[in-house]
Amino acid sequence: MIKLEAIHKYYGTAAQRLHVLKGIDLHIEPGEMVAIMGSSGSGKSTLLNIIGLLDGFDRGQYQLDGKRIHRLRESDAARLRNRCIGFVFQSFNLLPFKNALENVALPLFYQNVGRRQRNARAQQYLEMVGLGNRGTSMPNQLSGGQKQRVAIARALVTQPKVLLADEPTGALDSVTTGEIMALFRQVHQQGNTLVIVTHEADVAARCQRRIVLQDGLIASPALEHTQM
Amino acid sequence: MINLDHWRDIAQTLTRHRLRTLLTAFGVFWGIFMLVLLLGAGRGLENGVTTRFGGIENVVFIWSAYPTQRSLAGLAVGRRITLSEADVDAINARAEGLRRVYGINRVGSWGSAQYVTRGAQSGSFGVKGTHPGLDQVENLQVLNGRYVNALDMQQKRKVAIIGTRVRDVLFRADENPIGASITIYGVPFQVVGVAGSFDPTENANNDLETIYIPNRTLRYAFNQVDRFNNLLLLVAPGADAREVEQQVREILRERHKIHPQDVGVLGSFNGQEEYEKFLGLFAGIRLFSWIVAIGTILAGAVGVGNIMLIVVRERTREIGLRKALGATPRAIVSTIVQESLVLTALSGYFGLAAGVAVLEAISPLFATNDSFRSPEIDFATALLALAVLVLSGLFAAWLPAARAAAVNPIIALQDE
Repeated sequence: MIKLEAIHKYYGTAAQRLHVLKGIDLHIEPGEMVAIMGSSGSGKSTLLNIIGLLDGFDRGQYQLDGKRIHRLRESDAARLRNRCIGFVFQSFNLLPFKNALENVALPLFYQNVGRRQRNARAQQYLEMVGLGNRGTSMPNQLSGGQKQRVAIARALVTQPKVLLADEPTGALDSVTTGEIMALFRQVHQQGNTLVIVTHEADVAARCQRRIVLQDGLIASPALEHTQM
Repeated sequence: MINLDHWRDIAQTLTRHRLRTLLTAFGVFWGIFMLVLLLGAGRGLENGVTTRFGGIENVVFIWSAYPTQRSLAGLAVGRRITLSEADVDAINARAEGLRRVYGINRVGSWGSAQYVTRGAQSGSFGVKGTHPGLDQVENLQVLNGRYVNALDMQQKRKVAIIGTRVRDVLFRADENPIGASITIYGVPFQVVGVAGSFDPTENANNDLETIYIPNRTLRYAFNQVDRFNNLLLLVAPGADAREVEQQVREILRERHKIHPQDVGVLGSFNGQEEYEKFLGLFAGIRLFSWIVAIGTILAGAVGVGNIMLIVVRERTREIGLRKALGATPRAIVSTIVQESLVLTALSGYFGLAAGVAVLEAISPLFATNDSFRSPEIDFATALLALAVLVLSGLFAAWLPAARAAAVNPIIALQDE
């Protein structure tokens, strides 16, 4: 599903260049649930941005679902993101002036899906995350866990190839974290591909495979696989 | 991408900052409002003056001005041309685009006043010949009695229409001048009418100090049967007065053997030229109105652009999120542009409506005014104003939309 080969990424100007990713090789098969770990500054967010087509890379090869990704135009990247990738963020990023249902339906809006159908599909995914009766709630009326559930429903509503989560439990307490991870497992069991960036070991432990980034390189590949 | 959701978003953003939105919208509102008022007022002035013109744009006067200065066909220089009835007949027969030619005479030379008495009262006034139906052309409005009619001409009646100044000098306020007798240059005339002037220029004063008598009476009573002082050409509607004048000059040149380059022999006054001067004046007023109003609208548009910039900054995170979820730069730009268009179009529309309402409200106040009449703006102008609005809306949206399109979702979504 995701195939990265020798990905290099630099930041800054030629005079003061920061080598963030120093040759990442990473293959993620369809249906895998992968945790990316690493300390702050290890390049894990940059990696996630590259996988999520929010950022480009300087050298290397990237194939997403068999399609070679190289220097996409911004509008093409937007369309690919819309169809292939679902994002879940640490701070949820729900639009505060839209209710839960409208938030979930938002990505479909950019696919020009009609309003009625948008809402029907959004309702379906709200039910899947267990919030079928909270569709008209505004985000400030929801708890953190509920907000993240709405965000997950929003990420799934386009039936993306890959779900990318950036510290999805970073703002949640441990009980809610457990619930959200259970939800991710459920999503995984339905055959979705998940990539979760986290620095929490127990979150990573509940993933199929762990990748540790250190100074822009994948460290200790031997530790990658754990038995589920 | 026009969509109900867009409109709800737009309504939400604009209502979240109600005061700022209102203040901004007021800028555009005021611009359009002023434009409508200025254009309406300009039109009112124009309407007033053109109604007072009363068709002078169709009038050409031609007279014998100077002696010839160049010889033609062996004739000596220094000849004076005399316009006669034969000239009138020739012009009537040959000139095209002409409604009618009138020969006009005056007692004494051009502009000279005649001694006029009435009992013990006396004064000096111009005495001018006229024809039935020429009261409009002379910018006269008969206030009392009547104007010259066909019988007056036919029977060479000694009747007179006097300007209001003449009346004021010769008659006391409580006297009725109609039917009274006045003596012009020793010849008694009966007053049959009193006329005011609606000439837009200072000539009005001359008109009011003039006595109008039937032209035929004048020629026979004051020994001018053989000549006309000047010819008055009434141009047919739709014909070009300049062309008609050229034709008539051509005919007269041929008849009187005037050298083609001897341009000073025939003098003329072309009403169309005067009229066009006024039209130019009004075009100038209109241009001025547009410049002022467009400036105001642009100032309003800059205000709209300003608020949109703030909106974009405040919504950076939202825009970043929308981009991450698959909004193309185009979709973002279209949202911003639509918001700005809604703001300018709505406020501009209210400005238009308010301006028209004010014009409608003040219009009856000027119903009887001579120099200002029915202020209005026509449909085409309103459409043009609308186009200016839409353009200014786009102008206002340009920078904020560019800003929004350039939002980097990675930075926008970074957690603080």
